[in-house]
Amino acid sequence: MKKNFPILVVDDEDVMCESMGAWLREDGYRVDTAPNGQNAIELAKVTNYAICFIDLKMPGGMDGIETMMEIHQVRPDASVIIITAYATVDTALQAMKEGAQEYIVKPCNPQEISMLVSRILKLKKLQSENAILRKKLTRQYRHHDIITKNPRMEEILALTNEVASLRSTVLIRGESGTGKELVARAVHYSGNRAEKPFIVVSCAALTETLLESELFGYEKGAFTGASGQSKGKFELADGGTIFLDEIGDISPKLQADLLRVLQERRFYRVGGTNEIEVDVRIIAATNKNLAQEVQLAHFREDLYYRLNVIEIHLPALRERREDVPLLAEHFVNRISSELGREVHGITPAALKVLMSHDWPGNVRELENVIERAIVTCRNGMLDEQDFSWLQKNSAPQTWDIPDVPLGELERRAIVAALERKHGNVKEASAALGIDRSTLYDKLKRYEITH
Amino acid sequence: MSVLYLVAVGNVPDVVWEWIGDAVAEWFPLPIERLPPLPVPEAAYDAKRGQYQSVEIMRMLVERVPNHDSRILGVTNVDLAIPMLSFLFGQAQLNGPVAVVSLCRLHQEFYGLPAQESVLRERTVKEVLHEMGHTFGLVHCGERKCAMSLATHIELVDSKSEEYCSRCGLQLAQRFTTTDGGV
Repeated sequence: MKKNFPILVVDDEDVMCESMGAWLREDGYRVDTAPNGQNAIELAKVTNYAICFIDLKMPGGMDGIETMMEIHQVRPDASVIIITAYATVDTALQAMKEGAQEYIVKPCNPQEISMLVSRILKLKKLQSENAILRKKLTRQYRHHDIITKNPRMEEILALTNEVASLRSTVLIRGESGTGKELVARAVHYSGNRAEKPFIVVSCAALTETLLESELFGYEKGAFTGASGQSKGKFELADGGTIFLDEIGDISPKLQADLLRVLQERRFYRVGGTNEIEVDVRIIAATNKNLAQEVQLAHFREDLYYRLNVIEIHLPALRERREDVPLLAEHFVNRISSELGREVHGITPAALKVLMSHDWPGNVRELENVIERAIVTCRNGMLDEQDFSWLQKNSAPQTWDIPDVPLGELERRAIVAALERKHGNVKEASAALGIDRSTLYDKLKRYEITH
Repeated sequence: MSVLYLVAVGNVPDVVWEWIGDAVAEWFPLPIERLPPLPVPEAAYDAKRGQYQSVEIMRMLVERVPNHDSRILGVTNVDLAIPMLSFLFGQAQLNGPVAVVSLCRLHQEFYGLPAQESVLRERTVKEVLHEMGHTFGLVHCGERKCAMSLATHIELVDSKSEEYCSRCGLQLAQRFTTTDGGV
């Protein structure tokens, strides 16, 4: 690991370079030395030094601070430690102001310098791990990871690419399970906010009061239990994107608050008196027909138009059946690897079953179905019989449907699913082919306790 | 031919050479030869600090090595330092022919305690193995008990053992498995 962090020692004194170089090499570092600033810059052009020890006073030519500034031109990430024989507050301040990470007076205790080097390198290692994770995350949500050959989806992907670096609000519509969050992430990670946070808020999962403090944060004493100040999701997303899922379910009060944030990019924490300004891009999603909700006076018209600057309507999976084999293959590869199961593909007969299913739960349902089939699969390939339960479920059935309102049927279906799954919301939502936040919304609407 | 030369820089008591001789003979399968003592070079003295620059001593020692395959270990009683650091227990060239160990801060008397020969012996052996290990390519080891672990104060020297950990020991042994001692 230490060899990945080369060190440069810059000092006009030969003895200093030689002795410091030898001491650091004993610790396993690759060390180069330079007798002056010019030489140091030439070396820095070739090698990405993690740390540069630079003597403050070097006669005839560039001094330590000038050398540091030039090195930072070519290696902005290099940590510079300025060395001096005489400590003065002024030079220390100047060195730190110009970008030195540390300022040390020689001679110093071996333990001090050993700890200083390991502290800097520990930080660099964390920074590098962080950068790798960010890259992985970006790669994961880039457009090419949304699997499709459907022309309408391809148009949508082209659109997300075009709007990725804009700040305009995006409204994503689509049935549950069509991948609204995935598209929102693709917009975020393809644009110039990719390095900043992407914060998800499921509006349907929380009550009005909870959602308000979740979105805007709260001050100490704002309500019973607010024992300290807390930042809201809007503040956490500053510089990045906030994804408001199930936006059609927010209360009229929150609709008004949200409208204000959209118009002014400012808000107050709950119980707060100081206005907070943020730079946040808003992406909202809903499975409702918001235009209709506006007509029914359930949703503010002004907020609807503010949100609906760029509209993306995701097709249901049954409208893009050509993607089923591609998606199925992708899920088989990913899930079998995650579960450590030796499943290598799907037989044509099994694919026929998948193609003929209507997928009311869309891509999420397909993913769940593949996972269940992989768990029970006895051969190396998913075959027709691995989906026999699916055929059974999707085959036309004759039900004794009572003469009750449609909503009551839905309520009964939810209660039955919860009973079958022993109150497990995750499993019940999968069985019903809807996502958890939608189920929570329905539980709230039908006042079902579980 | 590879030889391990041992040399006093200034006055070093004979008993110290007995301790060192036994330790190096156990770990380094090379012919060992004692050279006549060398004076501490005047150029090494830093009057401002009252210490001796190890680099100057190492420069003097490197001239005494007949070939790059041999090693020379200088032992001195003077207090060593380098411009950047306030003191050193010893220093070596990584994968190079020269190592130097100072006994100055290994004495209990340096810390205001009564002299204790057994403690001095243990510390001397640990530091000799440490600096000699560097000359054979070993870098600092994360295993606290290993002779190759970094000691930046005397308590850390005392917490080491008088041997290499299995990983460093193996790496060292591999250096001597090739022909001509592998040095």
